[in-house]
Amino acid sequence: MSLWTLRGLRSGQATTDWPQKADGDHGQHGTLGMPRITAEHCGDECRRCAQTCPTQAIALDTRGHLAELDYGRCIACQLCVEACPSGTLQSSEAWAFGVRERADLEWSLEPRPLASQQLAAHIEKSFRGSLHIRHVDAGSCNGCESELQALNNPFYNLHRLGVFFTASPRAADLLLVTGSVTAAMQEPLLATWQAMPEPRRVLACGTCAVSGGVCGGTYASGNGLHGILPVDIWLPGCPPNPAAIIEALLLLLERKPQRVHGGRPHER
Amino acid sequence: MSMSPRVEYIQVAPDALQERLAQLLDSGGRMQMAYAWLPRPALAEVRYLAAPGAGQPLQVWECRAEHAHLPSLALRAPLLGWYEREMQDLYGLTFDGHPEPYPLVVDGAARGIALMPIEGPPRPSLRAPLVLPEVRDPQVQLLSFGPVRADVMESAQFLFFYLGEAVMHYQPRLFFKHRGIETRFEGGDPLAGCVLAERVSGVGSVAHGLAYCQAVEDAADCVVPLRARQLRVLLAELERLYNHLHYFGALADATTLKVGQAEGRLLEEKIKQLAGRLSGQRFMRNVLMPGGLRRDIAVPADLPDTLSRLRNEVESYLLQLERTTSYLDRLITTGVLTREVAFDQGATGPVERASGLDRDMRRDHPYAAYTDLPVAVPLAEEGDAYARARVRAAEVRVSFDLIELLLPQLQSGEVRGACIPKPASCGLGWAESPRGSLYYAVHIDAYGRLARVKIKSPSFSNWRAFPFTVHQSNMMDYAINEASFGLAIAGCDR
Repeated sequence: MSLWTLRGLRSGQATTDWPQKADGDHGQHGTLGMPRITAEHCGDECRRCAQTCPTQAIALDTRGHLAELDYGRCIACQLCVEACPSGTLQSSEAWAFGVRERADLEWSLEPRPLASQQLAAHIEKSFRGSLHIRHVDAGSCNGCESELQALNNPFYNLHRLGVFFTASPRAADLLLVTGSVTAAMQEPLLATWQAMPEPRRVLACGTCAVSGGVCGGTYASGNGLHGILPVDIWLPGCPPNPAAIIEALLLLLERKPQRVHGGRPHER
Repeated sequence: MSMSPRVEYIQVAPDALQERLAQLLDSGGRMQMAYAWLPRPALAEVRYLAAPGAGQPLQVWECRAEHAHLPSLALRAPLLGWYEREMQDLYGLTFDGHPEPYPLVVDGAARGIALMPIEGPPRPSLRAPLVLPEVRDPQVQLLSFGPVRADVMESAQFLFFYLGEAVMHYQPRLFFKHRGIETRFEGGDPLAGCVLAERVSGVGSVAHGLAYCQAVEDAADCVVPLRARQLRVLLAELERLYNHLHYFGALADATTLKVGQAEGRLLEEKIKQLAGRLSGQRFMRNVLMPGGLRRDIAVPADLPDTLSRLRNEVESYLLQLERTTSYLDRLITTGVLTREVAFDQGATGPVERASGLDRDMRRDHPYAAYTDLPVAVPLAEEGDAYARARVRAAEVRVSFDLIELLLPQLQSGEVRGACIPKPASCGLGWAESPRGSLYYAVHIDAYGRLARVKIKSPSFSNWRAFPFTVHQSNMMDYAINEASFGLAIAGCDR
């Protein structure tokens, strides 16, 4: 045992200084995120992006141009980017897509008037420095779990941010749900939520939990948390990478600003 | 590309099944899986996949299920028990003489649900009811935990009948995560289905995508360019590396080596970050497609150096684990899976190889660029947790070896060939995933669309075998034993 301790000490610090330092290493270099919509270059009757999208995230107008893209349905599979001949849809590294209002994931050609931003505190002050999470897998592919488990590896070291996973829902402040909510997981999910003390928050982690993802709407799979639990943060991604999950948690805690409004990401 | 056929298709009458199975078993062969599909409306056919002895092509036995009844083969080949129960639940078939005829995946009231039109949201009552053995001794207690478990875990329920520290009987209750994802493929374009296959089991994204693509390529009888086949091997071996390193992190955690856990998880993270930089996605999704790759992968000039540095770190970590007596003490003799049980119950991957069964799809039925690579297959005989860990450690080294051999051989050129599955055809694809043998069977309809996709995940096989190592064991060993199997649930439940 002592050998392990020495070995650990010798190997030094592995933890990134991101996100405290904005230019620190978030570990996601080279990964592709949600497609970027640059401008309106669509050709008439093109329709390729909508036809190729496996989760029906894209809606077209009467000319066959891109009119709406719901990032809450997007699995970042890049098929639309590869199909797009005009450069309207381009690959990007944008992954920090956590939002408070589901509508903020919906891009439309004509920007919709945004819901008035609530200025009142969303979150109790006591959560800000210490958040305890109860995770429930409501029918995921295990990709989200793999990235959630990564949060506690030495690189991300989630504890340093005052965020912890807890075994008992009785000790949890946040219910973090992955998966599309299968028939069999609906009851255990609701029972976990009911066992949590108030105030309690809910984070829909991954496109499955946001909208059902690739398997939503089969005989056994629901369409995510909409209509099942009151969601505080919607985080699409397939799966959202560990840095995206950290951003979403800090957004919940009001320690980071929301980076996407009306389906339009802002620069940092 | 070998000259001999990869797969032989044989029509078998229901009353000839038992005899054919006996012949297979007597000659050292083993069943691999079975599934149902509908060649015509209201006519079900069951396809049994059999692996005869080494060096022989796989066999598919096609058997019409007259009046939706077939004889059960589960008494002679116990590993078929779960496949038959799944067909019973999802396709409404009956297997006469089944030793455990209870629902497995969904409730009996939902029999045949995979063939029914979808109406409204899924019903919570879909879940298969719990069937437990009758216990007469009042001292025996029942402990149930899950489906929501401590820490970040996949959902499943585990039931222990125990007396003090002794576990008398153990029953895992799976399929809480059953998504009906196989039906999601139906009616779709075969070329687009890979995106879905990659999302059946996140930590097996490459293996699932690869097995799916190869099944479609089999139905199209098309040629995949060499560079694409080589890059597929690179992705598949990186997937094995991060999975096996995750495994050692989890095993160190179960044996309370906190630094060992942290180091394993950090090494896993390093491979995932490398995978992200190489492929654009940490699980290496969104690269594969039938016919090759969606886009070329630029292999950086410093990749051999990066991997060599990582290999040194991994080697030092594995050696340190091997030198840790408290770790070895907890693994040696824990959770013994005998060779006979491993064979009969269908254990696969590192789990079966740790019980002395010498099988690996990469070597026995080579695909992608494994045809040109020497795949060493590490084995152990003891079948305990230590043997399972040793086999995985040796496999980590083999993965590094394979990548080192592959990189200098990488060809330039196209990464995608034409792939058009023939109408009314079928194909079979497979991969040796980090957890064992993975099969995809695809059926193409008369219009060239997917009519049926069957997925056989390695964890479906290993969850079946795992309880045999828990009965008559003790509570203290359970977490270590479970970690030593390295089970995942999403692919099993689908």
